[in-house]
Amino acid sequence: MIDWAWVGDHLDDLAWRILQHFTLAAIAVGLGFAVSLALSIWVLRRPRLRAAVVTASGVLYTIPSLALFAALVPVTGLSLVTAEVPLVLYTLLIFMRNILAGLDAVPPDVLEAADAMGYSSGTRLALVELPLALPLVIGGIRLASVSTIGLVTVSGILGDRFGGLGFFIFEGYRHTFMTEILFGALPSIALAIAVDVALVAVQRRLTPWAAQQVPEGMRPAAAS
Amino acid sequence: MSSAERVVFEHVTKRYPGTGAGNPGAVEDLSLEVPAGKVCVLVGPSGCGKTTSLKMVNRLIEPTSGRILIGDTDVGRRDVIELRRRIGYVIQQVGLFPHQTVGENVATVPRLLGWDVGRQRARADELLDLVGLDPASYAARYPSALSGGERQRVGVARALAADPPVLLMDEPFGAVDPIVRERLQNELLKLQERLAKTILFVTHDIDEAIKMGDLVAVMQLGGHLAQYATPDEILARPANDFVGRFVGADRGLKRLALVRVGSVDLQPVTTAMVGGDAAEARRRAAEDDFPYVLVVDERNRPLEWCRDDAIPAEGTVAATNGLPAAPIFDRHTTLKDALSMLLASDVQAGIVVDDARAVRGLVTADMIGDRIRASAETAAVSSGAT
Repeated sequence: MIDWAWVGDHLDDLAWRILQHFTLAAIAVGLGFAVSLALSIWVLRRPRLRAAVVTASGVLYTIPSLALFAALVPVTGLSLVTAEVPLVLYTLLIFMRNILAGLDAVPPDVLEAADAMGYSSGTRLALVELPLALPLVIGGIRLASVSTIGLVTVSGILGDRFGGLGFFIFEGYRHTFMTEILFGALPSIALAIAVDVALVAVQRRLTPWAAQQVPEGMRPAAAS
Repeated sequence: MSSAERVVFEHVTKRYPGTGAGNPGAVEDLSLEVPAGKVCVLVGPSGCGKTTSLKMVNRLIEPTSGRILIGDTDVGRRDVIELRRRIGYVIQQVGLFPHQTVGENVATVPRLLGWDVGRQRARADELLDLVGLDPASYAARYPSALSGGERQRVGVARALAADPPVLLMDEPFGAVDPIVRERLQNELLKLQERLAKTILFVTHDIDEAIKMGDLVAVMQLGGHLAQYATPDEILARPANDFVGRFVGADRGLKRLALVRVGSVDLQPVTTAMVGGDAAEARRRAAEDDFPYVLVVDERNRPLEWCRDDAIPAEGTVAATNGLPAAPIFDRHTTLKDALSMLLASDVQAGIVVDDARAVRGLVTADMIGDRIRASAETAAVSSGAT
């Protein structure tokens, strides 16, 4: 069923397609995160604006991806911009929700203590609120990465300069060649899992304090 | 150590938008002075404005009118960030930073002030020592690995890190169990003997106020200061019905917690030394109307109580089968503790000893009872006069 000879002939292609796939996804996640972080900080203490921005990012998320790629072609052509804009837009909802949830979850007593010790609002955000939001923020990065790696395949519709591993899926589909379809699909799944595992490791590294959290009843019986 | 500074409220009023005076958290024309190095406890029912008053000192809340001075400086004229770094702040939920170690938490203000890292660390260790936590085992832990009492200690250490002249404490021991609270209160009092900071301490618990305060400010709903005086004065002469009800019908009893055995005129006691002449002891025992003789050793240390008629008619005094020589008080025992021990003892007299454990005299339940009645009378007289 699998044409192993064909697989053997295309391993070089596989390597650079994986790299392309990863790069397309990384650009989208990076840009999406930067935009979302800026938007989140901007709307954080503006409740009405916040509701509007979160709703808008939700509406964007409902647009079918194939349609969005197609709709952009007349505007930006078969370019990198056309490939990245939908990918970036789809990350906004995930990032905004997680960043804001993370910032909302910072305990009020911690904020009061920070104010009382003489943090300015900027240093408080940078040194207290964002670090404490980190577990949820990295959770958002994991979610957005996995979903973007899936979506990059769809950008293969813009031609063989895009799509990463999706290129093989489109080609295999066109020639009804199952080996090539799997040649694109399985590595893209593996890539998503690998990135997710790597991000979990990063999270452990960046938030040692969250790992040390012990349930109330299981704390060492230290003298009070 | 930077010296403590006085804190002065001058006609401070806080009203919330859209509400008049008398709403929860409002403060109405508050004027009081906390002398440098003293503990002032703000106490009152919830909504009386005590926490609002506290938070106006470090400008977490800005007053509607009036001003607050630290030393001679109006806090409203100082840069708010710089002001707060010079005022220690401890709250009930502690508010430790979960993502920082205990050492980093304690060094927060020194870090904000830009001290070099070595000095920050040395200061954090010094303060952990001060609050009774071994830096070697605690500095590298995260707050999630601490008990409630330990967190509160770290909170106090953090507030003291930059050696501020003023410390604000908002129900600092409200969230820990009574045994830990008692211990933390005692530790804070001991700490204060060494540091002599100006402390503003908020609580809703009148017993805590009496125990912790050099001065107590009783506030009532509407943010009015009902009385500002020493704990003893407040218990002896409540300024109005509200204060009287707030300190409770048992205020005579509470006052006993403020008086120590060392300040009481002791009742003399008839003693008989072991090995002394029994007939002579028996004769002396009959001279007072107390039915017991205290048997002591050759250095006048109490051994046991012996009924007058159980002393042999001749021969020598021996410590044999009398009642235990208890309770024993020293000059630091409060009359409140003394009374509760007396109520549980066989002989209704407490033996007061000095540092060498030699007998000085007796405190009886009757003496304490007289004291309660006397303070109740002075209170009645003063409330009749107002």
